[in-house]
Amino acid sequence: MIHQYKLNGYNIVLDVYSGSVHVVDDVAYDIIHLLCEQTESGRTDFDAEPVIAEILQRYADQLDVTREEIQEVISDIKELRAQKKLFTEDIYEPNAYDLKNRHTEVKALCLHVAHTCNLNCTYCFASQGNFNGERGLMSFETGKRALDFLIENSGDRRNLEVDFFGGEPLMNWQVVKDLVKYARSIEQEHGKNFRFTLTTNGVGINDDVIDFANKEMYNVVLSLDGRKEVHDRLRRTVNDEGSYDMIVPKFRKLVEARGGKGYYMRGTFTHNNVDFTEDIFHMADLGFTELSMEPVVCPPDDPFALTEEDLPQLFEQYEILAKEMIRRKKAGNGFTFYHYMIDLTHGPCIYKRISGCGSGTEYFAVTPWGDLYPCHQFVGDEKYRMGDIWNGITNEAVRQDFKMCNVYAREECRDCWARLYCSGGCAANAYHATGSIKGVYDYGCQLFKKRMECAIMMQIAEQDI
Amino acid sequence: MKRIKTIETRNLEQSMKNGGCGECQTSCSCGVANQACEKKN
Repeated sequence: MIHQYKLNGYNIVLDVYSGSVHVVDDVAYDIIHLLCEQTESGRTDFDAEPVIAEILQRYADQLDVTREEIQEVISDIKELRAQKKLFTEDIYEPNAYDLKNRHTEVKALCLHVAHTCNLNCTYCFASQGNFNGERGLMSFETGKRALDFLIENSGDRRNLEVDFFGGEPLMNWQVVKDLVKYARSIEQEHGKNFRFTLTTNGVGINDDVIDFANKEMYNVVLSLDGRKEVHDRLRRTVNDEGSYDMIVPKFRKLVEARGGKGYYMRGTFTHNNVDFTEDIFHMADLGFTELSMEPVVCPPDDPFALTEEDLPQLFEQYEILAKEMIRRKKAGNGFTFYHYMIDLTHGPCIYKRISGCGSGTEYFAVTPWGDLYPCHQFVGDEKYRMGDIWNGITNEAVRQDFKMCNVYAREECRDCWARLYCSGGCAANAYHATGSIKGVYDYGCQLFKKRMECAIMMQIAEQDI
Repeated sequence: MKRIKTIETRNLEQSMKNGGCGECQTSCSCGVANQACEKKN
């Protein structure tokens, strides 16, 4: 499968099943397109003559586009095909089930140490921190058992991840610190390496949090939506006041003490700010260099829900962002954007690309009471409760469902060029949009594909071909 | 190839042989596409 697109002056050709990326001129771009049409109609070889005739006619005003020149391009394409870098076939589908069944050890837990929050954000998927249930804090004993569960079920995996999540995890800070100390005390004897992360709204940040987080947290996610008026519109305190002025100085202090690495600002954009690049640039201008900005996912009748009419502007925004990031990097004041950080040379293997994020198989969320869910976005939905940290996974049906929830599980994805980049997309988003974890959240797909096109273009621009 | 430039990328077919160790970080809303291979294969 081939995907071709033009962006920022580049003609880009992606070979989906090999992962190859090519940059071509207009003539080669058109030739590849014509050859694609032939293969789509069932031909297994190339019929050069109609392609030559079409290209000669199309480029009749260009003297350097001769029959010999076109034949040379077709010869180059055949060579790339022989090298398995163009027009490759899908050889992975027969192994999809086996691939998915490899390594089902648990390697990551999301510890919901607090089902309560000191903010009252309008769009919160966790219903202001309590996940539509009772409020509560995880005890040290429950957290300790969760860490033991992770080690017991991690097989020979060395790297283990634990996210401190909520609600707002800083509302149970002493337990967080005690759990980190416990994990550090046992990791060596078990041959493990814990990577801790913390997601916070910033309200509870103080010197103790900064010192401990910068010593022990592999990464910190800081929630900020960008411009003050945008942030304050939906991220309200319990007294219904904006939170921007309270948290930004704390974030800056934490990031500065952290040396500017191992964190990122995590914003959410809504129908209220479809010009979200302004919020990203605002954060960059505040001195933050590791940034993300995610589309809100909510019921379509929410007043801030993104609409179909927003899509053209959102696509344009992603392009504006990519071009501005290239410009700023050249000027020496670059920043990163979560979705544009792709590694073409050392990126994910095919096993990872097929199986996706690992929710419900190698990654689980743990509630303050020790219940297990496929991921943080399923917490509170009783039919997705998979078991608990004392008895393990008892709901095998859900586990099997997630094992098979891979890129080949969705008929709608069969002809999609981005399937080995998104791995079928987010199961939680699919579930909330369609009622099935194997559904397709089309709106998210469209944004994802645009982001991937921009990200690949940026890699090409960086090499300055 | 004067009209086609190929960018160096990880070969996915080859990754069937040198991938699958599972030591990479879980990913999420970096995402799978942004995932870096722990072993830099």
